[in-house]
Amino acid sequence: MQNSLDMAAVTRRPASTRYAHLIGRGAVWAILIAFAVFFVLPMVWLLLAPTKSAQSLEHDFPFAFGSLARVAEAWQHLIGFQDGAIYRWFGNSAIYAFGGLALTLICSVPAGYALALTRFRGRKVLLMVTLIVMIMPATTLVIPMFLELSAMKLIGNPLALILPFAFFPFGVYLTFIYFSTSLQRSTLEAARIDGASELQIFFKIALPLARPIIVLVAFFNFVGNWQNYFLPFLVMPASGTQPIQVGLSQLLSSSTAFNPGGTANLGIDAPELTLAILLATVPVLVLFLFAQRSLVAGMFAGGTKG
Amino acid sequence: MTSGVETLRQMPLRTKRVRERSNRVSYLLIAGYVVLLLAFGVLPTAYAVGLAFTNDQWQFTGFGQFAVVIGDFRFVRSMLNLAGYILIWLVAIVVLCVTLAVILRNHVRGRMSVFWRFVFYLPGALAGVASTVVWMFMLSPKVSPVAPLLHAFGWTDFGKLVQPQNLPGIFAIMAFWVGAGGWIIIMYGALNNVSDDVIEAARLDGVSPWQMAIHIQIPMIRQWIVYMAILAFAGGTQIFVEPQILGSASGLVDVTWSPNQLAYQFAFGAMSNSNASAALSVLLLAVGLVFAVILVTRSGLFTTEAED
Repeated sequence: MQNSLDMAAVTRRPASTRYAHLIGRGAVWAILIAFAVFFVLPMVWLLLAPTKSAQSLEHDFPFAFGSLARVAEAWQHLIGFQDGAIYRWFGNSAIYAFGGLALTLICSVPAGYALALTRFRGRKVLLMVTLIVMIMPATTLVIPMFLELSAMKLIGNPLALILPFAFFPFGVYLTFIYFSTSLQRSTLEAARIDGASELQIFFKIALPLARPIIVLVAFFNFVGNWQNYFLPFLVMPASGTQPIQVGLSQLLSSSTAFNPGGTANLGIDAPELTLAILLATVPVLVLFLFAQRSLVAGMFAGGTKG
Repeated sequence: MTSGVETLRQMPLRTKRVRERSNRVSYLLIAGYVVLLLAFGVLPTAYAVGLAFTNDQWQFTGFGQFAVVIGDFRFVRSMLNLAGYILIWLVAIVVLCVTLAVILRNHVRGRMSVFWRFVFYLPGALAGVASTVVWMFMLSPKVSPVAPLLHAFGWTDFGKLVQPQNLPGIFAIMAFWVGAGGWIIIMYGALNNVSDDVIEAARLDGVSPWQMAIHIQIPMIRQWIVYMAILAFAGGTQIFVEPQILGSASGLVDVTWSPNQLAYQFAFGAMSNSNASAALSVLLLAVGLVFAVILVTRSGLFTTEAED
């Protein structure tokens, strides 16, 4: 009764409030659209840029479509750069990112499980340290890590990237949260009384339940590995061992797009650069599209690492 | 949650034995991760601290290396650059992400809101080198789709735009474009956790959407906003890729623009000095560490206790 009275009051608002309401709605949509343009426009431009020549990029309408022949031409220039270095960069990126990912899953899923559902000495400390390292910006450790890897004579070795990539405290924390909320300790206790060994419990009970969290950890780890620039920039000095991100920066500094001192005869200009960027982004973009839903949920659960 | 001692005492002998067995397997399960944590979390930190307090002969030098770093004229300059950048970045990320999350929460329903959040998050796919280069194109009057706008500000060529006074803003835009979406998702999640009863009660009391946001919703997610601000600040102090890439492509940015670039120059530039580089890393590390410890121990946002 009270409710319906209030509702009536709301619907019979004076005209001035109704105008204010309309203006408010207009403002809301104006803000949303302005930001959508800000976030999406550069991506649309990027998508169209390789279809045009450097000249038409400068003079034609920025959102016009050029031609697919232009894309093929830009691709020819790209593979001409350092004898097809771009293939090696992609191959290297795949090795480093997937190598790091495999090791991440092998190490972080059991650790997250043990932290959530078993009790051992030092558990609390390990959890604290994991959280602190997870929140600390990773970049700080890059130069010390380089000095360490260099002391271990690992510079240029794939392990110099795979091992640091496999250290992924965020994945341990996500797994920890997942197991501590989705599995009851009493279930495990019952299995123990029935004579299941601890490893059996982990492999037969916990692991089959962990699929969603494995997907999420794999996503964040892979994307981070793939996009990392600073560490590979330091530990992979030779072009033949560099991943695509470092390759992009090489293309950029060899191009004439921003630096008049760049070498024009290398054929790397805006269309080639944008094509390389698009190709380097495709793996992550595909993952984004597929993992969309669990991503939005996982971002909030873990609460960190954008 | 009862303390461990009590739980053990109440347990029959058989379970206690099971518990001990579980202990040993636990160590096996965490072994791989602990090795990585030691090798790539603890060891580099310890190594950096060791280097920071010694010279190239491993002789103890006290705070000598820190004095070298702080006394270097490039240190103060890079700190001032950083301060300008962080100020813009922090205001943008806090004000705009909260605003956009509130708008999405209050005015956009269901599927549409998932779509919008995804749109805002999409540029994250280009994080790193890619986003920096994309924005270099956006800001280059020669090819930019918003060239008329750039011309209106008097930036008729790239060199005129990439000037020291504009750099903090340029890097803040780059970082915001890539990073805002993730934070909008997190703020939206926090807003979603505000109980519907509270919102409904306020609505029935005739509270306007604006008052609702300012007086009810934002105060209720204050904790998350502080969390975002602290992480954005700590992350902001680490800026490296953007000035490095923009600088190496255009030659228009000082190679020691940010503190991390200065640490890089100390380590690899002319007259390289690993010890001074380590001292600077330790300074930056300390900032990150202090904020991380405060967040983990004080905010109450993180579960460190498994539910029984």
